[in-house]
Amino acid sequence: MQRKFTLGLASGMAAALLMVSSSVSAQNSATDDIAKYREMIADGNPSELYEAAGEELWKKPAGPKNATLEKCDLGLGPGVVKGAAAQLPRYFKDTNKVQDLESRLMTCMQKLQGRDPQEMIDAPFQKGPKKDMEAIVAYVVTLSKGDKIKVSTAHPKEKEMYELGKRAFFFQGGPMDFSCASCHGEDGKRIRLQDLPNITTQKGAALGWGYWPAYRVSSGQFWTMQQRLNDCYRQQRFPFPIYASDLTIAVSMYMAKNANGGTVETPGLKR
Amino acid sequence: MNMKNIKSLLAISCFALASVVMHGNVMAQQANDPKFNKMMKDGFKADGIAGLDRIQQDETQKFCSDPVFANSKQGTKMREKIQKMNMDSIKQPSDGKYIGDWKKGEAIAQSGRGATWTDKADTVIGGGCYNCHQIDPKEISYGNIGPSLTGYGKMRGYSQEVVTYTWNRINNSKAYNACSNMPRFAHFKLLNEQQIQDVMALLLDPASPVNK
Repeated sequence: MQRKFTLGLASGMAAALLMVSSSVSAQNSATDDIAKYREMIADGNPSELYEAAGEELWKKPAGPKNATLEKCDLGLGPGVVKGAAAQLPRYFKDTNKVQDLESRLMTCMQKLQGRDPQEMIDAPFQKGPKKDMEAIVAYVVTLSKGDKIKVSTAHPKEKEMYELGKRAFFFQGGPMDFSCASCHGEDGKRIRLQDLPNITTQKGAALGWGYWPAYRVSSGQFWTMQQRLNDCYRQQRFPFPIYASDLTIAVSMYMAKNANGGTVETPGLKR
Repeated sequence: MNMKNIKSLLAISCFALASVVMHGNVMAQQANDPKFNKMMKDGFKADGIAGLDRIQQDETQKFCSDPVFANSKQGTKMREKIQKMNMDSIKQPSDGKYIGDWKKGEAIAQSGRGATWTDKADTVIGGGCYNCHQIDPKEISYGNIGPSLTGYGKMRGYSQEVVTYTWNRINNSKAYNACSNMPRFAHFKLLNEQQIQDVMALLLDPASPVNK
């Protein structure tokens, strides 16, 4: 209750700040106020609620096999969650595939719990099985907060995924001719007042990759990286990217590898 | 084809390949990659108005998806060809009218809606101009992917030359810059003729706040 109140108060103050500033001057101050707003609610990132739910889901027996996810191997060995998200996507021998966090979690849910991955793929974001996924993702990424992003392209399949992702990043299509690079290929660009990280650079990629998954204040929802990418493609006017498809993993690989050396700040807090 | 022919064909292609490798700096548009094509094909599904035809690239999109080649000296010819193709597709206004209502133009410039899978076929598509351009100086929420258009007519004048150039640019920006970031508003029917006339007025009506 107290947190809710603080949040409400903070948004109110931020809104007031924004109004004052827009009547005074422009651009930079408005962006500054958004940063101030972030600071104000930083100790109360609502992602914490998702994390707590996710930890519970991790440890609770579920699915046809009535098993927990505690033996899930996210790349650092069965059951190791700490630091795992900072090194994803990566190649996994058992599936012979490069996987991001969400596709890997689907593998664990299938193998350990007997859950059907197709149900997860087909579910809309924020609903049904995806709700579980979102909470578990929040739990896992929080345990990499503060770590350095460290994604490998040493395995040929990782290298290949990176190259495919790079190509996808520049792929133009749709009725507006957009690609990821239309918005994220140059320094210092904005859509309206929203700063756009240049994902072709280390700094920009770390700003993007390092802060998602995040709690989105505007929608009041926790968004996984898959949902973030999905909404990018929506605004690109592309068809619907299939959840956890190789396409989404390849683009993730391109972003993550470019971001290497940056800091994991997830779960982030976004407008 | 007999075996001998196949062998000599092989030899020739090996030689051709070797010369390309030796002249390592000979640049060409990136090769078709079946693996990539499959990934794209398997990566998307149609949703509402956003069909899979949207990832079938036309020549302009294909060319601009390879920025290294598109911006290279070797890409010059192709760039010019693409610009000409886009220029040739532009239609001048059917009623001879270039300048509409700037107030309607402002509303079109403000709206960034439409053409996504969450929109309907009859959702009015906005110009989304403020996403990327500064226009009316009173609007502080503007993007900077494109140049500022504040004072557009006042600075350039209102000659027929400026008017035609602006018309062409809004209709199909790729006529001047093959890989411009700006959508081809007429080509993909994002805006109709009247809407483009209204956006024109926002930039080129002396009474528009842009030119105050």
